Amino acid sequence: MTDLPKAIDSYTKSLDCVHCGLCIEACPTYDVLGLETDSPRGRIYLMRALAEERIEDPYSIRPALDRCLGCRACETVCPSGVQYGQLIETVRSEMADRWPEKGLASRLRRFLLTHVVARQGRLRLAFRFAWLAERIGLRWLARKTGLLPATMDRLVPHVPAGRFRRSLAGLHKPKGEVRGRVQLFTGCVMEQVFGDINQKTLTLLLDNGFEVEVPKQQRCCGALHLHNGQASVTHGLARENIEAFSGDVPVIHNSAGCGAALAEYGEVLGDEDAERFSARCRDITAFLDDVGMSATPAPFPHRVAYDAPCHLCHAQKVRRAPSDLLRQVPDLELVQHPDSENCCGSAGIYNILQPELAGEIGRKKARHLIETGAEVVATGNPGCMMQIRAHLAECGSNSRVVHPIELLLADRDKS
Amino acid sequence: MLSTHMQDVLRQLQDRFGEQRALVAPDELRAYECDGFTIEKGLPLAVVVPETTAEVQWVVQFFNTHGIPFVARGAGTCLSGGPTPNRDAVVIETARMKAVLDVDYDDMIAVVQPGLVNLHLTREVCGEHLHYAPDPSSQSVCTIGGNIAENSGGPHCFKYGMTTDHVLAVEVVLPDGRLAKFGHPSAARGPHELDLVGLFTGSEGTFGIATEITVRLSPDPECVYTMLASFQTMEAACGAVSSIVSAGIVPAALEILDQATIRAVEASVFRAGYPQDAAAVLLVELDGAELAVEEDAAEIRETFRTHDAIRVQEASDPEERTRLWKGRKGAFGAMGRLSTDLYVLDGVVPRTRLVETLQKVTEIGERHRVTLTNVFHAGDGNLHPNISFDGRDEDERARVLQAGHEILELCVAMGGSITGEHGVGSEKLSHVPLMFDDADLDTMERVRRVFNPRDLCNPGKAIPERSGCAEVSKWPAMVEHVLRQEEA
Ligand SMILES: Cc1cc2nc3c(=O)[nH]c(=O)nc-3n(C[C@H](O)[C@H](O)[C@H](O)COP(=O)(O)OP(=O)(O)OC[C@H]3O[C@@H](n4cnc5c(N)ncnc54)[C@H](O)[C@@H]3O)c2cc1C
Ligand code: SF4
Ligand code: SF4
Repeated sequence: MTDLPKAIDSYTKSLDCVHCGLCIEACPTYDVLGLETDSPRGRIYLMRALAEERIEDPYSIRPALDRCLGCRACETVCPSGVQYGQLIETVRSEMADRWPEKGLASRLRRFLLTHVVARQGRLRLAFRFAWLAERIGLRWLARKTGLLPATMDRLVPHVPAGRFRRSLAGLHKPKGEVRGRVQLFTGCVMEQVFGDINQKTLTLLLDNGFEVEVPKQQRCCGALHLHNGQASVTHGLARENIEAFSGDVPVIHNSAGCGAALAEYGEVLGDEDAERFSARCRDITAFLDDVGMSATPAPFPHRVAYDAPCHLCHAQKVRRAPSDLLRQVPDLELVQHPDSENCCGSAGIYNILQPELAGEIGRKKARHLIETGAEVVATGNPGCMMQIRAHLAECGSNSRVVHPIELLLADRDKS
Repeated sequence: MLSTHMQDVLRQLQDRFGEQRALVAPDELRAYECDGFTIEKGLPLAVVVPETTAEVQWVVQFFNTHGIPFVARGAGTCLSGGPTPNRDAVVIETARMKAVLDVDYDDMIAVVQPGLVNLHLTREVCGEHLHYAPDPSSQSVCTIGGNIAENSGGPHCFKYGMTTDHVLAVEVVLPDGRLAKFGHPSAARGPHELDLVGLFTGSEGTFGIATEITVRLSPDPECVYTMLASFQTMEAACGAVSSIVSAGIVPAALEILDQATIRAVEASVFRAGYPQDAAAVLLVELDGAELAVEEDAAEIRETFRTHDAIRVQEASDPEERTRLWKGRKGAFGAMGRLSTDLYVLDGVVPRTRLVETLQKVTEIGERHRVTLTNVFHAGDGNLHPNISFDGRDEDERARVLQAGHEILELCVAMGGSITGEHGVGSEKLSHVPLMFDDADLDTMERVRRVFNPRDLCNPGKAIPERSGCAEVSKWPAMVEHVLRQEEA
């Protein structure tokens, strides 16, 4: 049942940890809970103990492992190069196989992930249902029947009907001179909730002289499944995506979470095709920063804070590009934001699975953002945008939350 | 299986603190079974996470009533087994007590809770050009409470003194649950009272639990200058240190890394651009008034030349300086690159005998076939031989322990000591008699009994239970114990 080579591999990864503890302060869950079991060092120790069969009841360490955000802030500071992200994902997947979660809620979650999120059509339906439920007051029914996790409906009011967009699939050509060609990954949640951001990403690439192909057959990236111990679902999605994005041009994505997953296909599938695909994937900001913007963004006379999604700064190691690009926007004032690289508590569907902890981490983030005095917060991940938006509002701030690329457009009203 | 009485005790603890602040499931407790010294382990009975002094008092009184031992824990970065539970002690975790309670910028003092991270205090006051001087290499995570218990040092302590030189007052929950205040923030320590702060600092968590600590802040120096020289031999590097010190220069820090360490660091995220072909690099930091720093730097440059330095890097801007330091600060973790486990030793020798000692340390390492690297505070002769090993290999583990033992014996034979800053904990119990005789140990034991009469507060640490050669002869027994632990 367990994939043995993988299990050994994850065990070996846990051995890289020398228990120095230099990672614990970077960990948002340790920060809030103050528990070793909820620190990277502690989690690695428990995973290692599990592999060494020193854990009697694996179910009792599950909550601590489940509370990990997967933000990988610990990787950034670890001097020993422990690949924590891969370690926890493998262990979660092994645990899901050998010690499946009990209870209706978790079964329902797995069902949703496998049969709804992984399928674009059904996800679209689900969001429409949520929206409709909101409209006709059926929200309580959705919650009662458990069709939506309790916290998910908090996010739903942010899904206006107009956002259900037509597909972007096809080949798009820029007006002027062609600088090159790229493919665009549109993602599943991004497509449903933030469809206009995909449209804007497309416009931005066209404005900057790139031909953009949006493959029709592309699928969900599979990140959520991987984080939740459903590696086999991810494998299937990965294969389909690799096929959909044939060719050798850069694959551009605009969602940090999806991007991190795409970058890991090579590691996850362990074959050359996958590795080649992963190497082609680039975050839109990293790509634009590399090639340089040929279209000057429209002036934006506001104070902006850049908040770094974990899956961009810690997982993909894209740190400077977004700020560097924002600094090129005329009149834009980029404010100091020392807390930028700390997790906001969104972490995929973490805010749905661990609402209390995510709430505490989210409020902290909102307070820090308010302290910066920013009028607009820019962050490049749909989950983070939703989470930060919700918590800023809860803390009484009316700052807007946008995707960085929205501020880079030459004509913001056009798309 | 726990007795019904114990189960009842744990239930009461969870009733008082809730499930998230009182852990009792043995599998979860595993995470607390050791600190940075991973060779010895001990499972706690429970872990409790208080948020206030009153809660600490409640916990201590509660466990006193039941005669159950307890041990405080900060960040668990101790390297001598300090917070590792002995006799099933309950761990009292201070991580949630991390507030800066008060800062007096004029008098340059701060009152903090014990779980505050060392570097966070400096971060809090840096806007006013102040800092907290003791800077263990673990400062980004270790707590002020742990620092006090271990009387921790750091690279800059050569010039500015150890933790004890910066603590003015401590509020302590005594091992019997009473609250006591030692020292006074407004006065220098000692002249008008028994120096209990001095006694408490370095007592390794055996004299009670600090709940509020008043520390001295230091003004940032006018100018800081960092120099990094690489040498073809370790002798040359140590020679340069001796020349610098005997010339009357007091650098803020004098640190040496050997080649194996340099290579591990350069392969990690703490990459600092250290030349990988050098046998040793010497990191010198100067601080103070600009003119004086310039003069000293010129003299040191000359010293580097006479000792045939192969490359010298210098930095005055903060970013570049941080980068030169980064490798030194991350050296420990970077060792993870070499093998699965790490044993960090901590011995002191007179500075003049550094070269001789290092040679013998290398010989010991070779004789026991262990991978040994060296990082050390050269200014005060504080050696940190690091032994990388695979803890799952029983034979290797035993060889590592034996090599460690011989290195500490060597330090004492050279006229030095068995610990510079990491404490005795449980790790060095059997080495203490190398330095102290029966009468010394008896005095220590009697002082401890004044504070901790029932030995409930971090039992089995810092002072060996029986004195004299009994402990030394226990050494082979400890090796055996570890082996048995492994088998079980
Ligand atoms: C990478 C690395 C680098 C290091 N560098 C240095 C260095 O340069 N210099 C140095 O001196 N040490 C160094 N150390 C050792 C360690 O960081 C120090 O001993 C530190 O002071 C321990 O702090 P802590 O918060 O982790 O305490 P812990 O490890 O949690 O506990 C240490 C001891 O303090 C006691 N304690 C904790 N809190 C309290 C309290 N509130 N009241 C009473 N007792 C308490 C515990 O019972 C235990 O005995 C290093 C360790 C690592 C892992
Ligand atoms: S920083 Fe790295 S080596 Fe150190 S405890 Fe954390 S994961 Fe382990
Ligand atoms: S991934 Fe994030 S939440 Fe998980 S252990 Fe690392 S720092 Fe903590």
